[in-house]
Amino acid sequence: MTTDAALRQEQPFRSIRVLRAGPVSLRVDPRALAVTGVLVLAVAGFAALHVAFGGTAIAYLEVLRALLGDTTDSRTYLAVTEFRAPRAVAAVIVGTCLGAAGAITQTVARNPLASPDVLGVTSGASLGAVAVLVIGGGGYAGLSGAAATVGMPAAAFTAGLISGTAVYLLAYRNGIDSFRLVLVGLGISGFAASITTWILTLGDVTSAAQALTWIMGSLNGKDWALVQPMAVIAVALLAAAVLCGKWLLLTSLGEDTAIGLGARVGVVRLVALSIAVLLASTATVVAGPLAFVALASPQIARLLAGSVVPPIVVSALTGAVFVLVADTVSANALNTPLPAGVATAIIGAPFLIYLILKSQRRLT
Amino acid sequence: MKVMGSGSVLAADAAPPQERKPGEGRTQQAVRLPPAASLLFALLVLLAAVVLSLCIGGQPSSVAEAWHAVFGPTGTTMDVTIRELRWPRTLMAAVAGVCLGLAGTLVQGHTRNPIADPGLLGINQGAALAIVAAIAVAGQVPPLAQALLAFAGALLASIAVFLIGSAARHGATPVTLVLAGAAVTALCSGVVSGIVLLNEAALDTLRFWQVGSLAGRSEALPVIWPFILVGLILAVLNTGALNALALGEDTATSLGISVFTARATGIAAITLLAGSAVTMAGPIAFAGLLVPHLARALVGADYRWLIMVSPVAGAALLLLADTAGRVIARPGELSVGVVLAVIGAPFFVYLARRRRLVTL
Repeated sequence: MTTDAALRQEQPFRSIRVLRAGPVSLRVDPRALAVTGVLVLAVAGFAALHVAFGGTAIAYLEVLRALLGDTTDSRTYLAVTEFRAPRAVAAVIVGTCLGAAGAITQTVARNPLASPDVLGVTSGASLGAVAVLVIGGGGYAGLSGAAATVGMPAAAFTAGLISGTAVYLLAYRNGIDSFRLVLVGLGISGFAASITTWILTLGDVTSAAQALTWIMGSLNGKDWALVQPMAVIAVALLAAAVLCGKWLLLTSLGEDTAIGLGARVGVVRLVALSIAVLLASTATVVAGPLAFVALASPQIARLLAGSVVPPIVVSALTGAVFVLVADTVSANALNTPLPAGVATAIIGAPFLIYLILKSQRRLT
Repeated sequence: MKVMGSGSVLAADAAPPQERKPGEGRTQQAVRLPPAASLLFALLVLLAAVVLSLCIGGQPSSVAEAWHAVFGPTGTTMDVTIRELRWPRTLMAAVAGVCLGLAGTLVQGHTRNPIADPGLLGINQGAALAIVAAIAVAGQVPPLAQALLAFAGALLASIAVFLIGSAARHGATPVTLVLAGAAVTALCSGVVSGIVLLNEAALDTLRFWQVGSLAGRSEALPVIWPFILVGLILAVLNTGALNALALGEDTATSLGISVFTARATGIAAITLLAGSAVTMAGPIAFAGLLVPHLARALVGADYRWLIMVSPVAGAALLLLADTAGRVIARPGELSVGVVLAVIGAPFFVYLARRRRLVTL
């Protein structure tokens, strides 16, 4: 096969247009744009489904009416606006945050296996939460009351930030080298994960099960008091991530090229990774460390959009769809509602496998 | 293959000497023993680790007593303790370490990814799924059956990963393999958590199994040693191909390597070795991650040396961790997985912070 043919075969979807209006020009990738549009619709659709499903079935029309502020049926209104809507919003927040954090991490590390787990955030957060739960809880029924609603997320957030910062400081040596960062992150998160499994053996089975539910990531019982401030934080962080995206794209070309193109690689990495850590921490506070979303969403987004580097917006939207579907399924599929994290992997993995098999492009 | 951080000297020392200015070469070349000396050093550490593992226990014994028990037993209490309890455990720790070290080197070589560990091919989660599913269906499962289930689950999961990876349009490239492995691992772990959240007995078994321990698992070795042997042979056969594949698949092909055969051989070896390790010691994949980096720091990126140093380093590491676990938490013991994480993680960070990092 000649080089030309190989190039054409490996890049079948590259049809980037440039829009010009006076001094302003904009690169437009029609395929990415189309995928983004479809995903936005999908997020809206699955969020509606998510709200409609639940303990008691409510007709779609009723759901819509309640959302629009019709309070004639107060029970439906209450169920929809106070219980189901915040949970759906929480799912969207968690999904977008994890998807964007994953895309950033994989771009900086230039490694498809990298995810916020590698930055030490999620495993540190798990360790914090499990330590509070098993060691602090002690009693037969595990942890309850204020300690469970405030203490665990707080411990998780603090421990996550501490281990994320530790990874960053330990990896720093005349600047951040992405390879060094990934290795140090793996060391720290391997450490935290082993200690977590060990702590799980210390308590009784009930607190182990409660801890496992939290580790898996659950959206059960999220109310507006938690969701509203988190939504504001998430939107701000996502905006920062998107603004950072252009520079990230440059660093993905390799350090020398990026510097040649005028990127301050060290600063870009520092800012981008800090955003990723904060995004992952936000998601962890809302739902616990949901498995697989941050790893798979960017790769699924990359395959959907036909791009080489995981696109941030598409990854975030993919993550949102992912978590919405997973939570709908895991809460309703069996008689016992399971945490969303059980289903993210079970739903996401076959889809990722399908995309790998169908991929036209050679994955490199 | 390149050395990060300090200039461009290749690990295998392939930089043409005439390009170095006189005197400069000496400063660029960090102090590294010749590979043979490193191997000898690793073997000595392993020997010391074996002796420590035999001598340290609830009732410590001298080196002379250990020698006496191994080579001329006369039936004293210490002889029996060492022969019946410590020797099988030492042997199993060493064998599991050999398996993990080799499997880790192979998996990082084939995926050319420094953060790959043997668990990547779905081996640990496949094993966990087999155990948990059996308990959910049949209630209690005896230890030997547990070990064999773990082995079968590990085998099935990694075969699935390889099939998915190879069925992709462009064959089993590193990225396809890594993604397929991550997908299968996640799928298995999702099902595992689903089962254990619904079944408390399964959770109780899983949480003790997944810490990773060498205590009381010695009946597994007599059953699975043929698999380990085959895995070792395949690993050795894979050495030349790994060196060629490190240059990229196209270069390897032009050097006369059949990429598919090399990948299939390597993955069969990884599966057998890591599957055996998880059967004997539970999922202590961290050793499989750590050892290849340690071995590369010792002898560079040449697989002909790595294939000899990594099993020795793996065995020594596991033995030392297991022995330390028996010393730290007297009269009980801390399981080998926890000790590995506690001593291994700082060491791993230290390795990553060194100036000369050998990359893949």
